[in-house]
Amino acid sequence: MTTLNDYLIASGLLFSIGLFGVMFRRNIIVIFMCLEMMLNAANLSLVAFSRFNTSAGLPDYNGQMLVFFIITVAAAEVAVGLAIIIAMFRSRRTVDVDEISSMKG
Amino acid sequence: MTSTYASIILLFPLFSAAAILLGLKKKANISALVATGSALLTLVLSVLVLNAKEWSSVTLLQWSKVGGLELGIDLKIDQLSSGMMLVVTGVGALVHLFSLIYMKKDAGKARFFAGLSLFMFSMTGIVYSANLAMMFIFWELVGVSSYILIGHWFEKNSAADAAKKAFLTNRIGDFGFMIGILLLWAATREISFDGLSNAVAAGNMAPGLLAAATLCIFCGTVGKSAQFPLHVWLPDAMEGPTPVSALIHAATMVAAGVYMLVRVSFLIEASGWAADVIAWIGGISALLAALMATQQNDIKRVLAYSTLSQLGYMVMACGLLASEAGMFHLFTHAWFKAGLFLGSGAIIYACHHEQDIWKMGGLKDKMPVTFATFGLCTAALIAVPFTSGWWSKEAILEAAYKNDGLLFPIAAGTALLTAFYMTRLFVVVFFGKGRDSHVAGHAHEVPMLMRAPLIILAVLAVLAGFALIAGPVLGDEYAKYSQFHFSVPAIVSILTLALGVGLGLKLYAGRDREPVNIKLFANKFYFDELYAKIVKLCQDSVAAVARVLDGLLIDGVGVGGTRGFANMTGNALRRIQSGNLQGYACLFGAGVLVIVLLALL
Repeated sequence: MTTLNDYLIASGLLFSIGLFGVMFRRNIIVIFMCLEMMLNAANLSLVAFSRFNTSAGLPDYNGQMLVFFIITVAAAEVAVGLAIIIAMFRSRRTVDVDEISSMKG
Repeated sequence: MTSTYASIILLFPLFSAAAILLGLKKKANISALVATGSALLTLVLSVLVLNAKEWSSVTLLQWSKVGGLELGIDLKIDQLSSGMMLVVTGVGALVHLFSLIYMKKDAGKARFFAGLSLFMFSMTGIVYSANLAMMFIFWELVGVSSYILIGHWFEKNSAADAAKKAFLTNRIGDFGFMIGILLLWAATREISFDGLSNAVAAGNMAPGLLAAATLCIFCGTVGKSAQFPLHVWLPDAMEGPTPVSALIHAATMVAAGVYMLVRVSFLIEASGWAADVIAWIGGISALLAALMATQQNDIKRVLAYSTLSQLGYMVMACGLLASEAGMFHLFTHAWFKAGLFLGSGAIIYACHHEQDIWKMGGLKDKMPVTFATFGLCTAALIAVPFTSGWWSKEAILEAAYKNDGLLFPIAAGTALLTAFYMTRLFVVVFFGKGRDSHVAGHAHEVPMLMRAPLIILAVLAVLAGFALIAGPVLGDEYAKYSQFHFSVPAIVSILTLALGVGLGLKLYAGRDREPVNIKLFANKFYFDELYAKIVKLCQDSVAAVARVLDGLLIDGVGVGGTRGFANMTGNALRRIQSGNLQGYACLFGAGVLVIVLLALL
């Protein structure tokens, strides 16, 4: 029987992997995917909280509501983010963040 | 009635000037007639005022009233102002008539006559002013009109420079004048001559303050009457047209300083040692100017230095508490010096605007009227007995003899030099042969309209000193000056005259070149150079200090400091802007962590 703790550990692992990827990967597509992974880690823990926090046999729907919101916002974010990445790739011919440093002061 | 006349005398020239400048500028001949008409009208009116002898004070315009300070255009009509007014309008009218011919073909004729009218207005204001504030305002106005008229031929650099020099030099004196007025106001709360006179008589002022205020007021005279050490502007002012020199820089404006001293003679009398300073400044100016005059070659400059010297006499008389004698000399000097200047104008006109006396010569036969009138005026200036100048110079010598042991020899020496340099001028210009055929060869007598003022002035130069003329104009007390009696000054005066003329004749009769060369006198004691050096030194030292301050404070601390600070903070902060996306993400995360921690703790 899987417990809440198992879900939370899985969620924490996912989040850590995402964070690590955002911090240390150079490919911007990968960074972007890791970002999505961190969002979904949060989703997972929210769903787990919803599932294990029952009242009168029914799950707490507040958590699920929040998840739907996050999915919607993430979809919008992907659309914008990918568009920015494509525009950047067109102008610079690279997806390596080390090369994208014209903001250096 | 007299007050109405006086108001018209004051305002009519202003209307004339305004009419010319605003409407008639294109019509030069009409402008000239308007200005001349206004001058003649004021002459007639001032004779009427003098004749009526109704002395009064009238407020023409209340200008401002703040607390106890009342500023206004107040006319003070008394014997002194009416007599002075006759001199101003008399010489003014004659000069206007003379200018009709002298400036006939000048391109700026309308502007010239507008300037003359403006000057007449300003000078009338000085003469009639009943308080120091009004006198100061008109004092500045004559300065402006003098500036305009000296610089009449402003396309000549020398004329423009001379106008600037006159104006700036006068500013120095005027500054002192203003401080003097403020001191008097602060000490007595009075600004009108009558009020001040009462306050001083009541002994309301500390002696030291009174002396300081008197000297400050005297600064105005030093500037306007071109006394040592501010005398340098007057000779240069001869760059203006000759009628202007006759009217402004010989007869009236430069005499305004003396007139003002006579007006405030109650101050000088009460001021103790300040009176001695005034007398000595006058004496020194008289002697220095006479020495400089002996070596000048420009006919107008000789006369200009002579004017300086005679003004020195008048100032000395005021300082010796003989302001009546000073006023008397002002009165006689106005006629004969205006006559001399207009005479020199006639000569310059006839000699095609040549002013070097060594190019003239032999004009005696070619210009007999000018010769005769110039001769009579010269006689008056060098104090030939029974001419007007003799009576008045006698009065001053008498005052010097009585009051100060050292000033008398200075005054006598000046008289000797005056006789000497005027003999030189007269002999070189009128006798001998024409030295330059282009200049003196074609000379001919001037037209009637120019001769008439010369004749009138020459007659006055001889007769103005007699009680018959001086009495009604200046007051009956002046009659005593034109009675002959034997005294040391009288004998000295005749001796110096004989010696000066004799020396002049011996040195210059029949000469074609300058026989004596004294560089020091010819170069005016190097005053101009000295002043240029001093001004340069002052400017340089101020500039040096300013440069150091600019470098240290403005550039160093001010501009450099701000720049350095911005640079430093910028350099420190730019390390944050790494351009590294993940660096930003790190900082962002750290920031979130900090905020979360702060919120939780």
